[in-house]
Amino acid sequence: MAEQISHAPHSLSVTTESAAVRTALISLALLFLALFLILPVIVIFSEALQKGLFVYFATFEDADAQAAIRLTLIVAGIAVPLNLFFGIAASWTIAKFEFRGKSLLITLIDLPFSISPVVSGLIYVLLFGAQGYFGPWLKAHGIEVIFALPGIVLATVFVTFPFVARELIPLMEEQGNTDEEAALTLGAGGLREFLTVTLPNIRWGLLYGVLLCNARAMGEFGAVSVVSGHIRGLTDTMPLHVEILYNEYNFVAAFAMASLLTLLALITLAAKTLLEMQYGEALARAPRV
Amino acid sequence: MGVITVRFKQPSAIPGFGLALGYTLFYLGIIVLLPLAALVAEAADLGFGGIWAVATEPRVLTALRVSFGLAFAAALVDCVFGLLIAWVLTRYQFQGRKLLDAAVDLPFALPTAVAGIALATLYAPNGWIGAILAEFGIKIAFTPAGIFVALVFVALPFTVRTVQPLIAEIDRSVEEVSATLGASRRQTVRYVIVPMLSPALLTGFALAFARSVSEYGSVIFIAGNIPYVSEIAPVLIVIKLEEFNYPGATAIAVIMLAIAFVVLFAINLIQAWSRRRFGRG
Repeated sequence: MAEQISHAPHSLSVTTESAAVRTALISLALLFLALFLILPVIVIFSEALQKGLFVYFATFEDADAQAAIRLTLIVAGIAVPLNLFFGIAASWTIAKFEFRGKSLLITLIDLPFSISPVVSGLIYVLLFGAQGYFGPWLKAHGIEVIFALPGIVLATVFVTFPFVARELIPLMEEQGNTDEEAALTLGAGGLREFLTVTLPNIRWGLLYGVLLCNARAMGEFGAVSVVSGHIRGLTDTMPLHVEILYNEYNFVAAFAMASLLTLLALITLAAKTLLEMQYGEALARAPRV
Repeated sequence: MGVITVRFKQPSAIPGFGLALGYTLFYLGIIVLLPLAALVAEAADLGFGGIWAVATEPRVLTALRVSFGLAFAAALVDCVFGLLIAWVLTRYQFQGRKLLDAAVDLPFALPTAVAGIALATLYAPNGWIGAILAEFGIKIAFTPAGIFVALVFVALPFTVRTVQPLIAEIDRSVEEVSATLGASRRQTVRYVIVPMLSPALLTGFALAFARSVSEYGSVIFIAGNIPYVSEIAPVLIVIKLEEFNYPGATAIAVIMLAIAFVVLFAINLIQAWSRRRFGRG
């Protein structure tokens, strides 16, 4: 008996590599991740704090820096709720009903993910820019879209468009219609059913989608860069302000602003990981890429 | 014989279809479809000849070659390391595994401009990595190699995250059978595991490639953007827009979309072929 047990670990070796190979592979993976993922994060904080905490915090007292932070919060504050509302409507349509053209609709919703950020900005310039299709009309009526807040919001809405919908669609499809049908049979109205049955069922998936949507909305660079016009203190979001400061060789301020966005990314990742660990059952099983 | 009616929607007791679909289409229309229609209209105005004239400008041609060539190389490298990282994270137990698993998504979460200035600082001749490489006469930042480094960074999660679930799904007994039949571990990996993972690797490659081609924020800081050397196609779009040359910008955008579409279509064909051959994908 004892001999058999001692052989047990040995039999496992046919489906894994030898200890030496294993150590080598782990080391190589660790080295790659450390060099490519961890080191950039460390360098951001190291550069931001190179002149000490006092200088670090002083960079946020600059009026333009504060304006950039405010603008980013405003843009995300408009774009995320818009896409959240759309995500719920789209997933309700797609997951709860069978209709023709459904897969085409899903493809169209995913479309913004496959378009270059720069092209995402370009298409709004073509529509609303000075020489765009609606440009002359907007100018005649004194409405500014490009190089102003509306353009930045539109570009941000476009690049973050699919996040909530693509999290909720597979989740609601997995959950099926039985809960909803039961509630309706028991006499609940449409809105009451949604608020008391569907919404609690999808709440963690919703939060998950909103987290990713928000991170991208606050961090978007390419699309916003094309439509913003880079007017300091006016149309400068946080990522754009990072670029301006960096190009002025004001590295401490550039990395200080970047460190805020990095903190946002790290918090988003932590919250996302926590959600997956704690409420993995209440999230869509479909792999997300 | 009754009349065959083709229904648009299956009957359902659940309310709100009209409202939800209406809003979905309305919002999709104004945010996505209308602006994309503007791109199509502008491209139609240019015509094939106009687009071709822009595509064959030497500076555009070089930028397209830089963009697509380096995106291809970066996606390839990400496939190799993506497979390695996914394998290590799924199959081996070690300290800090969970933390590393979460860290893989960092390029998704980190704003591209932030990644851009961090990489440019690291790989500059006086940076932590750049200084070491400079001793060997290797220059990364402000050369095409810098673009490659940035693309490897931004596209890595795509390959890891497409392969990882498939590795977790592999039935260990298949590997046992292979070993029982006398295969060495190396042969099992080469002839059993890699073929099982190859469709996912191909998908990962396609996603990484598509992302790399369109990447802008993380590249511009490390690239130096030297015309004819380290200038990517999206940078040229921005330059044309700054000159209010909308047709020029549109032409490059359309060419990029077309080439990316052809490449992804080819990958889909290969995948359909391999699915027929190996039974599943």
